Amino acid sequence: MSDRLSRVFAALADPTRRDMVARLTTADATVGELAEPYDVSVQAVSKHLKVLEDAGLVSRTKEAQRRPVHLEAEVFDLMTKWIERYRQQAETRYRRLDAVLAEMNEQDNPPQEGTAS
Amino acid sequence: MSAMTSEATIEADETLPMIRMTRDFAATPQQLMRAHTDPELFARWVGPNGMETRIVDWDVRDGGEWRYVAGRGSADDGEEYAFRGCFHRVGEDVIVQTFTFEPEPEGVALETLRFEDLGDGRTRLHAQSLVDSFEGRDAFLRSGMEVGVNEGYAKLDRLIANGDV
Repeated sequence: MSDRLSRVFAALADPTRRDMVARLTTADATVGELAEPYDVSVQAVSKHLKVLEDAGLVSRTKEAQRRPVHLEAEVFDLMTKWIERYRQQAETRYRRLDAVLAEMNEQDNPPQEGTAS
Repeated sequence: MSAMTSEATIEADETLPMIRMTRDFAATPQQLMRAHTDPELFARWVGPNGMETRIVDWDVRDGGEWRYVAGRGSADDGEEYAFRGCFHRVGEDVIVQTFTFEPEPEGVALETLRFEDLGDGRTRLHAQSLVDSFEGRDAFLRSGMEVGVNEGYAKLDRLIANGDV
């Protein structure tokens, strides 16, 4: 399973593939359309697509003649979830820091001495 | 007190392998600096979550090194994770440092922590972390997230089972 996850991350580590994915967020596109802005062959773009497909990031419609490439948004939800998890972990850490700072505040400004500065 | 703090925000840059976070604290920049540079205070909050932190090296000055070991469980039946790096620059309201997880000695993050004075005893922490590749950044995001990764696996399992992957 971790192989599959690594494939998702590895697939997105390449700038051309990231750009292709970014363009697919607006609409499905054919291989030819995807290849247009790049100074590479359709064949090279097909190779990139294969990597994205193997990682489960995109799929290609079987029935339609143009076989447009479609972005699998669910996989991105998964990545968003990881970022959110990372944020939550940081938040937990910062709440511990809040507690340490509150204690420091008490030591710096003892309440029994009256007016806080 | 809760009105004085807000939850951490996170941003994974699209063009640089960088993570940016901000968080507001009910403390002065000086207090926040102390909580980051006093080893006893730092060990109390740094984590990872659910782990005890033991500071091994802690030389707070430009070019000084730091190293700590986080662990849980007993010595012979537990887990330990060691981290090290260098305080490249310790300024009045800024810390620039490197961060390495020891089992991956060639992986290094360049971290900049800035303490922005918001007045009224409040400070905004700006933390940014730069690594050398998007793969490295994503590995960073995944690190220490056993639960999240397991959930990720479960979700991928479903995608695969549905024939979506």
